[in-house]
Amino acid sequence: MAEILARPESLTKVPFHYCPGCTHGIAHRLVAEVIDELGLAEKTIGVASVGCSVLAYDYFNLDMQQAAHGRAPAVATGIKRALPDRIVFTYQGDGDLASIGMGEIVHAAGRGENITVIFINNSIYGMTGGQMAPTTLMGQKTTTTPEGRTKDNGFPLKVSEMLATLDGVAYIARVALSDPGQVIKAKKAIKTAFTVQEKGLGFSMVEILSTCPTNWGLSPVNALKYVKETMTRYYPPGEFKKPEGEW
Amino acid sequence: METVLMKGNEALAEAAIRAGLKVYFGYPITPQNEVGEYLAKHLPPAGGTFLQAESEVAAINMVYGAAGAGVRTMTSSSGPGISLMQEGISYLAAAELPAVIVNMMRGGPGLGGIQPSQSDYFQATKGGGHGDYRLIVLAPSSVQELYDLTMLAFDLADHYRNPVMVLGDGLLGQMMESVTLKPYIPAFPLEEKTWATRGRKNREPNIINSLYLDPERLFSHNQKLFKKYQEIAEKEVRVEVINEEAEFFFVAYGSSARISLKVIELLKEKGINAGLIRPITLWPFPYTVIAEKVNQSKGFMVVEMSMGQMVEDVERAVKGQKPVYFYGTAGGIVPSPQKIFQRTLEILEGGQE
Ligand SMILES: Cc1ncc(C[n+]2csc(CCOP(=O)(O)OP(=O)(O)O)c2C)c(N)n1
Ligand code: SF4
Ligand SMILES: [Mg+2]
Repeated sequence: MAEILARPESLTKVPFHYCPGCTHGIAHRLVAEVIDELGLAEKTIGVASVGCSVLAYDYFNLDMQQAAHGRAPAVATGIKRALPDRIVFTYQGDGDLASIGMGEIVHAAGRGENITVIFINNSIYGMTGGQMAPTTLMGQKTTTTPEGRTKDNGFPLKVSEMLATLDGVAYIARVALSDPGQVIKAKKAIKTAFTVQEKGLGFSMVEILSTCPTNWGLSPVNALKYVKETMTRYYPPGEFKKPEGEW
Repeated sequence: METVLMKGNEALAEAAIRAGLKVYFGYPITPQNEVGEYLAKHLPPAGGTFLQAESEVAAINMVYGAAGAGVRTMTSSSGPGISLMQEGISYLAAAELPAVIVNMMRGGPGLGGIQPSQSDYFQATKGGGHGDYRLIVLAPSSVQELYDLTMLAFDLADHYRNPVMVLGDGLLGQMMESVTLKPYIPAFPLEEKTWATRGRKNREPNIINSLYLDPERLFSHNQKLFKKYQEIAEKEVRVEVINEEAEFFFVAYGSSARISLKVIELLKEKGINAGLIRPITLWPFPYTVIAEKVNQSKGFMVVEMSMGQMVEDVERAVKGQKPVYFYGTAGGIVPSPQKIFQRTLEILEGGQE
């Protein structure tokens, strides 16, 4: 038990600032564990984005860069092109990746940029106080869709499905941090994504369905239930693209 | 040393390669396309990487990543593209990342035109992006100087850990002139970038960041930056003065400085002893050099390919002690030496304000 709870080497001792029941912290931990297990810490550079996880550079015990809102894939591209033998990952929210940064993520994927993207989909803008995200579900109430999202606000984007159509993409999976079984699956997907990068196979991304109990107005327990029962209905977990054959 | 005939845009690209440019990111825009095209061809054989970005927004953020990874990196563009880069430039300055940004100015505002202009002076020297920050801004006025100052730009950027802009104009970029391909000699000792994010092997993690949520810490970060800007302002002013003893001075940079030199020749034929103050650094601006000429000069004529931007800095230097005149054209119209000559004669002979 003590072993399981030990802090991964790739996390610092700085305590997370996330709200109770927020799964950003679990996602950080999974990424750190994978980097530890693959022995990549000394050659990895992470890119923090703008959102609740902006302080990720304080939490990962790794070289880190903090990127402008939406531009983490471009920053990661710059790092990877400068240092092709290093491991580079971004950690981005759904507003960051799927709204303001949609251009950068599509083109990084299209180029087959050999980076790994950790995409936290909590269907809302957490940091700015609960506005609509491009991933907000139909009917979901946010501060800018007070009566619930309607078709006047457009429809939620399924980023993993979209990106999986691109030739440059090597691996894309969607996972949900809703219960221990799913957490184990999530870690497996993250490990696959980093391994794909290590082998130089191209762009890899793991979309993580994540909670925001604070802005959803739900208790931590009900937030997990919401991920499991409501989010996964529109955003089905699974692997959308994998490298073919033996790799 | 080889002397060749080269286009301005290509000379600067060649200088960048020789100065150790490792990765270039850019998005096509006239009148600077030859920079990217030259690098696409010549940078890979020199061991570097050329990448055409999907936008200028992406390009400047790729530059951020590469600069943070500790390699020499550069982008180039013109007006509309440089405007898109402003957020990224502010981040570069804030995170103290060394990078070179080339702006081959074209006429604005908006989509403007593709002809040469100097209308991005305010944007380059007074901020452009958000927050209190400074760019070092170099203003070449010949193809040779495009070559020389591009090399210097990389050195200044690394030495001060600050973005540097090479502010040219479409005329210089497109112009063919002979250029001596001097070998690269660093202007400062090249120091190891121990702050760069290259993987935390055998050390604590490095962080490239511009976020300071605590007001006290952000204030002290601002103070630290300003101390650096002060040092740059003290040490790095570059200016050329032609005809130190003149009784009247033109102040102009880049292509306008070349035009002003022709006007000075025409005035000489009329027995008027005019000179030129040519800022080579637009930031830091040579206020003192101009102020030193106030006593001897009947006045100052600022020539710009804009509706009047640098003229405000000249006025700051002159402090109302002598008249400051302005002659400008915009939209891609290059000022005619004859017209400036006529205007200057009217001023000097008519004694008018
Ligand atoms: C250019 C720019 N526009 C807007 C903002 C304000 N802003 C900060 S975080 C954020 C939304 C982040 O939401 P998301 O990416 O979903 O992350 P979360 O907080 O939900 O994890 C916005 C709009 C900014 N910092 N920069
Ligand atoms: S606001 Fe939402 S996403 Fe942000 S820390 Fe709190 S629960 Fe997590
Ligand atoms: Mg979000």
